[in-house]
Amino acid sequence: MTKSDLIKRLAEANPHLQLRHIERIVATIFEEMTQALARGDRVELRGFGAFSVRHRSARTGRNPRTGEEVQVPDKAVPYFKTGKELRERLNVD
Amino acid sequence: MKGRTLTRADLAEAVYQEVGLSRSESAELVDSILLEIGESLVAEGVVKISSFGTFSVRPKGQRVGRNPKTGEEVPIMPRKVLVFRPSQVLKDRINGETSGAPEEED
Repeated sequence: MTKSDLIKRLAEANPHLQLRHIERIVATIFEEMTQALARGDRVELRGFGAFSVRHRSARTGRNPRTGEEVQVPDKAVPYFKTGKELRERLNVD
Repeated sequence: MKGRTLTRADLAEAVYQEVGLSRSESAELVDSILLEIGESLVAEGVVKISSFGTFSVRPKGQRVGRNPKTGEEVPIMPRKVLVFRPSQVLKDRINGETSGAPEEED
């Protein structure tokens, strides 16, 4: 499923809503989550999972093609931990 | 500010502010979006949200674990795990490369 499939399914389930509103709602949700993570906040969606930001220290890397050393600066990476309910639903059988 | 947590209620509030729906309908929509994603992962195994990331279900094989208290060996059954792969857009934004001021390290 892609974002547009998601929008389509929501539109079918909510025929009283305009498609452009559903598109705005979906965009708003992922934008809010992105902004929270960009601030360094956690996103905790009970039953679904939690997103957090983890820090990776700067390191000396190597260009795999040339073997040349390169400095990789420290960076933040998003991390997702699956919620209990969803994890159980994935393993029902 | 560090250490804040965004919840379903915050997402519902954002939807309420953005579109002219009632608060309860906004909350229901947030729930139904997360449910749709969950159902789709259970049924199809992959959900791609462009400019955010991809969720995919990966099988994990059986392995031998150990009860840390008793030291007893126990088989861990094959199971499915969900992995999230952030999009480049999300990674860049978390590192302050597209919008807003770059965060200072904690």
